[in-house]
Amino acid sequence: MTTSTTSRNSKRKIRLWAVLAWLLIWQLASMWIGQEILLVSPVTVVITLIRLAGGAQFWLSVASSMLRIIGGFLLAVVLGAALAGLSAALGRLREFLLPFVATVKSIPVASFVILVLIWVSSRNLSVLISFLMVFPVIYTNVLDGISQTDRGLLEMAELFGIPFGRRLRTIYVSQVLPYFRTGCSLALGLCWKAGVAAEVIGIPQNSIGENLYNAKIYLDTPALFAWTLVIICISVLFEKGFLRAVECLVQRLERLG
Amino acid sequence: MSLNITISKTYGEHTVLDRFSLQVEEGRTTCIMGRSGCGKTTLLRILMGLEKADKDSSGTEAFCGLRKSAVFQEDRLCENLSAMANIRLACPGTDRAQIAEEMRAVGLAGCENQPVHELSGGMKRRVALLRALLAPYDILFLDEPFKGLDEATREKTMAYTRKKCQGRTVLFVTHDAEEAKSLGAAQVISME
Repeated sequence: MTTSTTSRNSKRKIRLWAVLAWLLIWQLASMWIGQEILLVSPVTVVITLIRLAGGAQFWLSVASSMLRIIGGFLLAVVLGAALAGLSAALGRLREFLLPFVATVKSIPVASFVILVLIWVSSRNLSVLISFLMVFPVIYTNVLDGISQTDRGLLEMAELFGIPFGRRLRTIYVSQVLPYFRTGCSLALGLCWKAGVAAEVIGIPQNSIGENLYNAKIYLDTPALFAWTLVIICISVLFEKGFLRAVECLVQRLERLG
Repeated sequence: MSLNITISKTYGEHTVLDRFSLQVEEGRTTCIMGRSGCGKTTLLRILMGLEKADKDSSGTEAFCGLRKSAVFQEDRLCENLSAMANIRLACPGTDRAQIAEEMRAVGLAGCENQPVHELSGGMKRRVALLRALLAPYDILFLDEPFKGLDEATREKTMAYTRKKCQGRTVLFVTHDAEEAKSLGAAQVISME
């Protein structure tokens, strides 16, 4: 990692004092308004979250939403990366997929949700919505990464007759990785937002979306905030874990030579 | 045996090589000299098969079936891989111990497992040179291979390269007449 990247990363790092300051502002604002239904305090959110986490229903909802949204994400990552690789080699495939990717990118999530509800049951809605949000991002980023691969290294590989499998492991993977990482970070945020939004509209049983919907119906602001906190935590933890796993996989592949 | 080549290369309106003739002798080192921008690298790239010559060129087809190896003008190393892994990319069959021995000979002892991005410019240049010298080849292309090396390292590396290239077909591009002499070039061709 270069010095400039390290300093950029350190500038972007979230500091504990800043988080505590915002929590304090939130607490003060909530106390000033004095009505928990309008703005719940962070303390009440934590208490509500602990109460919710004590029930089996909470874990069932979390597990089922995670399974669907992450399932859609992983499916899109695998298919997006594979099709980007093929598109880089086959111009016709790239041309064929371009209108599809451009359309999917610009269609609003709500239109997708309503349309998809006609095709599939609300249970699987978030899988498809998550897939549709992630696929264009991964496909475009990986394709960009491949097209930006150092021509000099590819010429070197050509001249020395390095087999395709080795080129893939030693040249393409490390060159495409930064683009792939950026795509995953972006797509993970998108897939959680869109996946949960789809669940709120489709209301599948035992899902985070169903709980958010119930919180809205019963004006249960503490539960609404608690569930939102759950989504943020799962999203951040999964992103960190997934990117770490990708990094390890790349290092292993490179070590294979 | 020798290979006779005549090459023309034009990029749009700009002619880089205009029926430039060259005779490459098998088992010998041929040195090509000339000022910057006179087309030395373009000539090498055409002979390496990385670029196509114009239609009025001849003799380049003789290079097609040959196993080629090269030191490019840039190092062209995989920065995340170790020095050893970079060398082994071009010669996967070569024993690790032998590569380590060769690395020691050019002053790279102890750098075997160091990622290339941690090496200095001169060290990277020597890794690129070793990769080219240890790869199996019928013809070796050297495009300013000693660029960026300090005087003492250059002397040592040139002596090593000369020893390794004895009896092999080598095309060597340089600005420095001394380098051509040190490498024992059988013929020096000027592109002026």
